Amino acid sequence: MDIVYTIWLRSMKRYVRSKSRIIGSLGMPLFFLLVLGYGLNSVVRIPGSAGQGYTGFIVPGIVAMSVLFTSVFSGIQIIWDKQFGFLKETLVAPVSRLEIMLGQTLGGATTACIQGSIILVLSLFMGLSITSMLGLLIAAAFMVLIGLSFTALGIAIASKMEDMHGFQLIMNFVIFPIFGLSGALFPIDSLPSWLRSLTLLDPLTYGVEGVRYGLTGTTQVHPLAGFVVMTGFTLFMLVAGAALFRKVTG
Amino acid sequence: MIAIVVENLTKTFNGFTAVDRVSFTITRGEIFGLLGPNGAGKTTTISMLSTLLRPTSGSARVNGFEIVKHEDDVRKSIGIVFQDQSLDEELTAYENMDFHGRLYRIPRAVRQQKIVDLLQLVELNDKRDNLVKTFSGGMRRRLEIARGLLHEPKVLFLDEPTLGLDPQTRNHLWAYIEQLNKEKGVTIILTTHYMDEADRLCDRVAIIDKGKIIALDTPERLKDELGGDVITVKASEPDKLSAQLKALSWVNQAESHDGQVTVTVQNAERHVAELARLAATHGIEIESISIRNPTLEDVFLYYTGRTMREEEASSKDQMRMMHRLHRR
Repeated sequence: MDIVYTIWLRSMKRYVRSKSRIIGSLGMPLFFLLVLGYGLNSVVRIPGSAGQGYTGFIVPGIVAMSVLFTSVFSGIQIIWDKQFGFLKETLVAPVSRLEIMLGQTLGGATTACIQGSIILVLSLFMGLSITSMLGLLIAAAFMVLIGLSFTALGIAIASKMEDMHGFQLIMNFVIFPIFGLSGALFPIDSLPSWLRSLTLLDPLTYGVEGVRYGLTGTTQVHPLAGFVVMTGFTLFMLVAGAALFRKVTG
Repeated sequence: MIAIVVENLTKTFNGFTAVDRVSFTITRGEIFGLLGPNGAGKTTTISMLSTLLRPTSGSARVNGFEIVKHEDDVRKSIGIVFQDQSLDEELTAYENMDFHGRLYRIPRAVRQQKIVDLLQLVELNDKRDNLVKTFSGGMRRRLEIARGLLHEPKVLFLDEPTLGLDPQTRNHLWAYIEQLNKEKGVTIILTTHYMDEADRLCDRVAIIDKGKIIALDTPERLKDELGGDVITVKASEPDKLSAQLKALSWVNQAESHDGQVTVTVQNAERHVAELARLAATHGIEIESISIRNPTLEDVFLYYTGRTMREEEASSKDQMRMMHRLHRR
């Protein structure tokens, strides 16, 4: 446990020091929130949403987006450690790979949840109102699950990559589709059925709907089913990430 | 007391043999050098001994622990400074040390004290709270050495410890390494492609080329074995001259390289005149002749027929290839 904590502590120190990265990675979600929120609020009517308008609808989606991107980035950070040689220092220490991987995952998930929370707090100024404490806790739980699973995904990808060259590819063909198909920006119920089944294959859909249920009380996936799927996906990614990370040679 | 035993250690990467049945023994308290050009297999050997790479075949014991079976015991008992920097630049010197101490599960009180002691040893204690990214190359190296010693390893691996450092910093580091070895009794195994470094620091040197150890002894004896002095002749037709010289009874060895001929002989002074006469009768023009004591470079030339510099140029591409394969 001390080893997991040690790795986590390093992630935190690096996170707190990288002011430009904190602000930089808030940029895109804020942009989405402002442009889509204000821009489409008056023209888009979400069926079944309880009077919060489109802004209220996408806030959970943008919070999830912020958690998603930060966590994938944090996981892929391992490639930097590989390139700057720091990874060797941890790999040659008498600690297990699992401890290193778990520490890295917890660190990534923590920073991702902080980033998501910042968006959440900023959304309060855009008219989001939090009605119940329990709802907030539910939303937080789903944010943690998104953070853990996608940091682990980032680690899994990084374990297979040699350098940052493939990064753009991963962003364009893995992360953006996961985000785009997730129902973060549109209600999945109004999709044609073939596309709807595709969104239901996207694990982030369950994460987004869970956060949405917690924050606004409306959802298109049963929250319990969403919780089961997200938990399962998180466990699967942790195992897969740990297995791939075991093979890394530094 | 034996620190490291290596028996027929071999590593192949996709059919390329990087380390080829290498065997040697290092006694406790020794400074042992692996000397050879880039791509000779030094780093691969060290990576296997420090459990970062699994050997293809052969075996080795470090501090009595099998490197394959008892990875964790080996790891606890060794310190390593990698060829490439392995510090976190976003952390301070102290935090880098602290991270290491926590990874090796050193209790807090001991850890705090030892970090300060070691930072003082490498003269970085006044910079302990500065971020590593503000450090010079020499400072980083010193910090890495201090970090490698934090968990009191019995054996310290140094992979090209002074690569890319200026002469003054190198001298400084050499003094540290000697001091560590004498005062703390740490067994040191270092790789280098600098002849002077191996000569100055090492009690014994293994010369390694193309994955094989081609000579192993004290630097003095390695040089003595060449027999006497080294004459370097710059001449118009070095190949022709070396062929002529090889036929003479008083010449131990003659090799032509880089437009010159290196000749090893006993009592060089007596033979210079004869050498010049020989060149003249064959119409070879001599530009210069110099006589000196043999260096480890001459030892390498003696065993391989090449200089280390020639070797480096040609092995660079090979290294890059290897590196790619290795990462995969």
